[in-house]
Amino acid sequence: MANILEMRNITKEFPGVKALDQVNFEVEEGEIHCLVGENGAGKSTLMKVLSGVYPYGTYSGDIVLNNEVQNFSRISDSEKKGVAIIYQELALIPDLSVYENIFLGHEIHKKGIINWHDTKAEAAKMLKKVKLEIHPASKIIDLGVGVQQLIEIAKALSKEVKLLILDEPTAALNESDSENLLELLKDLKKQGVTSIMISHKLKEVIAIADTVTVLRDGKTICSLKASQGEVNEKEIIKYMVGREINDIFPKRLEKNFGDVQLEVKNWSAFDRKLGRHVVKDANFNVRKGEIVGIAGLMGAGRTEFALSVFGNSKSYDISGEVLVDNQRVSLKKPKDAIDKGLAYVSEDRKGNGLILIQDIKQNITVANLSKLSNYMVIDKNEEIEIAEKYRESMNIKTPSIEQKVMNLSGGNQQKVALSKWLFVEPNVLILDEPTRGIDVGAKYEIYTIMNELVAKGLSIIMISSELPEVLGMSDRVYVMAEGRLTGELPIEEATQEKIMEMATV
Amino acid sequence: MFNDLTKAIKENIRDYGMYIALGFIMIIFTNLTNGLFMTPRVISDLIDMTGYIAVLSVGVTLVIVIRHIDLSIGYIAGFLGAVAAMLTSIVEMPVFLMIPLILVMGTLIGAFWTGTLVAGFKVPAFVATLAAMTIFRGLLIRVTNSATIFTANDQFNAIGNGYIPDIANVPGLHILTLIIGGLVVALFVFLEVKNRIKQISYRLHVSTLPIFIMKLVFVSSIIMFFLWKIASFKGLSWTAVIVAVVVAIYAFVTNNTTLGRHIYAVGGNPEAAELSGVSVKRITYIVFGSMGMLAGLSGILFTARLQSATPTAGMGFELDAIAGAFVGGTSASGGIGKVTGSIIGALVMASLTKGMDLMNVGVSYQYIIRGLVLVAAVVFDVYTRNMHAKQA
Ligand SMILES: Nc1ncnc2c1ncn2[C@@H]1O[C@H](COP(=O)(O)OP(=O)(O)OP(=O)(O)O)[C@@H](O)[C@H]1O
Ligand SMILES: [Mg+2]
Repeated sequence: MANILEMRNITKEFPGVKALDQVNFEVEEGEIHCLVGENGAGKSTLMKVLSGVYPYGTYSGDIVLNNEVQNFSRISDSEKKGVAIIYQELALIPDLSVYENIFLGHEIHKKGIINWHDTKAEAAKMLKKVKLEIHPASKIIDLGVGVQQLIEIAKALSKEVKLLILDEPTAALNESDSENLLELLKDLKKQGVTSIMISHKLKEVIAIADTVTVLRDGKTICSLKASQGEVNEKEIIKYMVGREINDIFPKRLEKNFGDVQLEVKNWSAFDRKLGRHVVKDANFNVRKGEIVGIAGLMGAGRTEFALSVFGNSKSYDISGEVLVDNQRVSLKKPKDAIDKGLAYVSEDRKGNGLILIQDIKQNITVANLSKLSNYMVIDKNEEIEIAEKYRESMNIKTPSIEQKVMNLSGGNQQKVALSKWLFVEPNVLILDEPTRGIDVGAKYEIYTIMNELVAKGLSIIMISSELPEVLGMSDRVYVMAEGRLTGELPIEEATQEKIMEMATV
Repeated sequence: MFNDLTKAIKENIRDYGMYIALGFIMIIFTNLTNGLFMTPRVISDLIDMTGYIAVLSVGVTLVIVIRHIDLSIGYIAGFLGAVAAMLTSIVEMPVFLMIPLILVMGTLIGAFWTGTLVAGFKVPAFVATLAAMTIFRGLLIRVTNSATIFTANDQFNAIGNGYIPDIANVPGLHILTLIIGGLVVALFVFLEVKNRIKQISYRLHVSTLPIFIMKLVFVSSIIMFFLWKIASFKGLSWTAVIVAVVVAIYAFVTNNTTLGRHIYAVGGNPEAAELSGVSVKRITYIVFGSMGMLAGLSGILFTARLQSATPTAGMGFELDAIAGAFVGGTSASGGIGKVTGSIIGALVMASLTKGMDLMNVGVSYQYIIRGLVLVAAVVFDVYTRNMHAKQA
């Protein structure tokens, strides 16, 4: 088959960072091509160059699409040539309907007057193509992330896409939604659509890829062909990280559980906006030195549970009690929770985890400024030292701790978020999807850090949608479904099947 | 060297843009008025007439940083100015008691009216302060009884018209002003050098040495140039001293304290700030409280300058103050903005007024031109931000 795309010697620099260094990237027509690499390797940047987010002239090298050199100066230029990119952050408008979203920006119109009739009919066709059985008039806000991701694809299809780019499309999806999406990509392949998918989930890469290209430090390392039997996990990891990783989950030397550190009794949280309970009658505890996993499907209420305990910033109506070290406490705002030794690392780092327009050091210190200040005056030297310390220990890839967090790659942003909460020196660390969007090497690092923390007597609560992670890291597992804790399993008894059964009541 | 310079300017265009704009405007007006604009009298007057807007600009910068707006500050300033005039003239309260009282009243108005509505009842600040604007307009007319209140207290009037005393008697030159200028320059150089040494020791990004020295020399000469002008008139005015103290305090608080950091955190991402233990509510109360206090100060400065309180005092102040903040680089989408920038922004707006007055440009054209300058500033802001996001 001919190459639909060739990117030749692409180099792209940001101040202080060479994000891409003479990258060559070839995609055959009609294949599913996966792009993998560590956090900050340059995957997203390469795709942004391809789609015109970084316009012609801001990079060097050639983009050859359909045997023509392309000089895209904006995204709409690449769209005209059949390239569609779906970013990791979903870009749908929550209050608009599905059909309005699908045709947003390329409405079906005559002299500026929208033909709603055709719009709805076309939208229904697109939904059928992505195998969604929802009403085109439903509002985005009422739909789950999995469905939204498929709507993004429907939107791309409505633009007559030939080359579909997906940046970590399954990062926020649960297993069955992910499977759905991968099936759809295979379907589209049959219809002649070429796809490029960025992913850190190597299992799905192996399941779906015809070719896998590995980037490391802004350079192309290799391209592996499935047809030649070159695509396997060990091989990919070796090229990605530059060394072999044998265990995905580091071993804990010894386990020492102490007293119960945090306990929640008869906990309910009622969301007035939704008009229903998001958490109902939850009983939960975690001991010193223990990692407790909370498994469940997307939307089961795990984040809501964590947020309602962690100072209830969403103002749910709450009943029940929280005990820290067997003392009843009242956590009215996040500050109270932090003061009692709790920390919550958000699943949504861009939405409510980080302050993107501020730099790394300011983000790391913001939750515990009092520690480095005297009479409210911040010791900026100490701040720099602390930020440097975390940059080193967490291995945050950045030219400087004064880099704005919005300029970091997704995985490195996650490490900043984690650093921020470690700096609070909590006793109970709540991690909400801690490894979402993180590469294998960094995952291993984060797991190692978790193990070190519990060895020091911390308690960790890990909310995760990835079952292997839950099973690999937890000492005990709670399962949540529809706002209720539907099961509790010691790790010895926990299996994927049992958890899934409890998660789908 | 030249390449270094253009690069340094390009990287920091956002921070230096308003200084460049101010320089341009001053040079243009100096040319157009045959040097009249740069005379000591005009420069002194320019600084004094900026005073009451400048303090409002400082306050409203923080309001905009936390993603709100305050339209009521003009009439609150007018109202509190009138109250100040009454307290000194009619009740004959001593000035040293009157000032704190007015500042406290301003703080209470800001925190309890605007703060409660915005933080407590979640009323959009635009609406809450629009309402306050007309309320205080009405109150101002009530207090003044639709007539002008003259202030006969010399101490009070000196705040808006007086100058600091001199320590030596040199005709045509105000020595203390020059000494203060020298101290300010020394402090500036000292802080810059200290900061640079620190940054180098932490291997942070710094400008090249020639650029750094150029910056020091440039800024120092500008400070000395203006203080020289002022010193050859009547020296520093009390207004200038008060504004300088306010700016110094606010610059310190915003840059170096936890409170300042919390304000920017709330502006940058309120949800993330809240989850990090920063009370968005508390910060909102504080910022509007500080706004009210500065509105009180602005009222005092303005009333003292006119030596009277009028029923229309404060009209349009809020627009000049907000314009000053935007021209000074405050971002309309929140989280970004420096009080020092806003002072320069306020100076830009005042220079335009002063320059056009000197040229006898009609009021109608003045309004149009000032509007266009404001638009240009915001376009510049949006443009540089996009440029940074894409980075050539
Ligand atoms: N706008 C920007 N300004 C400065 N540096 C940037 C910018 N965007 C990306 N970078 C840097 O370029 C490098 C590549 O980033 P990129 O986002 O492409 O990584 P990635 O491979 O997608 O990583 P991840 O898997 O974590 O998403 C990183 O070091 C990042 O910090
Ligand atoms: Mg990425």
